[in-house]
Amino acid sequence: MCLAVPGKILEIIEGEELLKIAKVSFGGAVKVINISFVPDAKIGDYVIAHVGFALNIIDEEEAQKTMDYLRQIGDIK
Amino acid sequence: MKFLDEYRDSEKAKKLIEAIHRRVSKNWNIMEICGGQTHSILKYGIDELLPKEINLIHGPGCPVCVTPIEKIDKAIEIASNQNVIFCSYGDMLRVPGSHTDLLKIKAQGFDVRIVYSPVDAVNIAKKNPEKEIVFFAVGFETTAPPNALAIFMAHQQGLINFTELVSHVCVPPAIKAILDSINNRVQGLLAAGHVCTVMGFKEYEDIAKRYKIPVVVTGFEPLDILQGIYMCILQLENDINIVENQYSRAVKREGNVKAREIMNEVFEICDRKWRGIGEIKDSGFKIKVKYEEYDAEIKFGLEDYSIEESKECKSGLILQGLIKPVDCSVFGNKCTPEHPLGATMVSSEGACSAYYLYKEKKLQ
Ligand code: SF4
Repeated sequence: MCLAVPGKILEIIEGEELLKIAKVSFGGAVKVINISFVPDAKIGDYVIAHVGFALNIIDEEEAQKTMDYLRQIGDIK
Repeated sequence: MKFLDEYRDSEKAKKLIEAIHRRVSKNWNIMEICGGQTHSILKYGIDELLPKEINLIHGPGCPVCVTPIEKIDKAIEIASNQNVIFCSYGDMLRVPGSHTDLLKIKAQGFDVRIVYSPVDAVNIAKKNPEKEIVFFAVGFETTAPPNALAIFMAHQQGLINFTELVSHVCVPPAIKAILDSINNRVQGLLAAGHVCTVMGFKEYEDIAKRYKIPVVVTGFEPLDILQGIYMCILQLENDINIVENQYSRAVKREGNVKAREIMNEVFEICDRKWRGIGEIKDSGFKIKVKYEEYDAEIKFGLEDYSIEESKECKSGLILQGLIKPVDCSVFGNKCTPEHPLGATMVSSEGACSAYYLYKEKKLQ
């Protein structure tokens, strides 16, 4: 039940402060997600969603750093 | 899928595993706290690819598994009521209470519904003003803000037919309880990434310092877990005890302040019983007095009910990392996912169920 998955914001449907919702695509499956915990989220952002709520915006720069780190580990002998 | 597939790349995984083999020189016990991570480890066979020096201990991080038996009994009591629509996340339905489970109550004709989000339960309450809607609010800190927001919404909309049966648990107090135990064998921790998206990891900095233990905030995909283990091993081998963040694409040190605001508006810290482990001080959330009209235990007069657990199930020892599921004498024979005797066999994130699914099958 703790599963949280990354999805891409396709459309933001304005709502009151705590009811702000967005259409989010999870590899093609589109769900309506509450985005009131991530007020800065924009269309095109990836969010981590859990029980119908976006908990955080995925930081693409950090994701890139992780990938670089992984590549480095592989190269060090 | 972006941010998923690239963390399942088998070439990179192979290189990471080789790197881990190169770095390890001694025996180490590392605990992955979260059941979602346990599930990934067994599913991808990560435990079998690691050097024999590394022993992965499966922690108590499955809220379904640690929900105390009396809460399940209370849920059943409430759901067995003609006037109630009982809403729950799917995995709670088969968790055995002391006599029966919610799925059997549903089969008897009572209105038990699986919902995907607490907001669904609030919407059901709006549509059914003549019924009492009760939502089974279980989960760690990850799920607490959504469950709190549902109460806040109900309050704002003046709904009087919505309550929550709350069994929220918090991770750090349980970790401290395990590390404080005289039987403790844990030397390194992989902290649960999704809990940290909400809570951040300042609390773990205190734990790393006080217990002189490395902590790596770790994600859930195979490469995340392997990298978390690698970072943990580097610290252990070099006698370093700090908090590192492997899951930096999703977790910031301060967590999600906005989500915590609503959580703290509705919930407050309380002592909480953990199934198989017992009561742990300050390890749960309960509804604040200000919102007590949304507390199902008060509405249905169930605050004082308590019951002893059966001794047959060894899940408490498993959740503390003292034994593995296969060490339980009824594992795979009397106790299977079809006929679970304990909660760790019910949830797919429970260690017993993960072992049954991925290890028993392979042996057969
Ligand atoms: S195998 Fe069943 S009885 Fe044994 S510890 Fe696991 S859940 Fe409990």
